[in-house]
Amino acid sequence: MTTRVIANKTVAVNDEGFMINPAEWTKEIAVELAKEESLPELTPEHWKVIEFCRKDGLTSGKAPTLRRITSTAGVTTKEMFALFPKGPAKKVARISGLGKPEGCV
Amino acid sequence: MSDETRKIAFICSKGTLDMAYPALIMGWAALGNGIDVTVFFTFWGMDMITKDRVDHLELAPVGNTSMKMSMMGMHTGNLGIPNILGILPGMTAFATKLMKDKIAALEVPPVSEFLQMMADGGAKLYACKMSVDLMELKKEDFIDGVQAIVTAADFMDMTEGAQMVFI
Repeated sequence: MTTRVIANKTVAVNDEGFMINPAEWTKEIAVELAKEESLPELTPEHWKVIEFCRKDGLTSGKAPTLRRITSTAGVTTKEMFALFPKGPAKKVARISGLGKPEGCV
Repeated sequence: MSDETRKIAFICSKGTLDMAYPALIMGWAALGNGIDVTVFFTFWGMDMITKDRVDHLELAPVGNTSMKMSMMGMHTGNLGIPNILGILPGMTAFATKLMKDKIAALEVPPVSEFLQMMADGGAKLYACKMSVDLMELKKEDFIDGVQAIVTAADFMDMTEGAQMVFI
C-alpha cells in the first residue's frame, strides 16, 4: 500500500491507483482522478453516475458493476460509454474512490 | 497504460445456451476495461444473432458429461442427469429452464439483451458470409446489433493485431 497526494489530500492507494479507503474521497479528488482518466471536465451527467456509485459502493462495500449502474442508476449503456469512454466500469469506480468492480457483468 | 488500445476478437461457433455466454461475459468485461471488441458469428453461432432463435437457445443434457450442477437447491455431488434419462421428451427443456433460471438469479441478462448491451457498448458484431449462405439467412434475420455480413478474409483484415478467442 502506498499513499499519494490528490487535490491537497493524502490518501491511500493500491498499486493500480485505486483508492483503498472510500471515506477519504472528496469531490475535489474525483475531479483530479477524472483528469487522469482523460476526462478534463465532469458534467452533471458524470456526477449523477459518480454519486450513484458512491452511494451504492458505500452501502454494499464494493464498486457497482457496469450492468448494475445501467440497470439501476437511470443511465443507458450507450450513455455510460459516451460519458466514460474506453473502460467505463473501471474508470467510474476509480473516480468514485472505490475499488475495482468485482462482479463479471 | 499504453497508448495503443488492446483488441480482442471472439469467434462464436456454437448455438447452445452454455456456449453462448463465454464470449458475452468476456466481451462485456473487455468493453468495461476499454478493450476494443469484435465478435464473429459462424455456423451454429448464427443462432445467437438470429432473431427467431436467440431467445430459444437450449442446453441438452444428453452427452453432456459435465452436467453435474446442483439442481433446485440440491447438491448432486458427482451425479448428473443420466444420458438414458436425457433422451426423454422434455429433458432438454428442463435442463434449459434450469440453466436460464440460474443465470437470471445471478442477474446476468438473457442472450438477446446481452448482445444489445454489447452493441451499445461499442462491440462490433459480424455474421459469417459462408454460414449466411449455408443456412439461407439474410441480414434482416439478424438482431439489430449485427453490423454486417463479412467473409473470413474481411474478418482477418478487421482484427489485425487482436487476440483471438475461438468458442
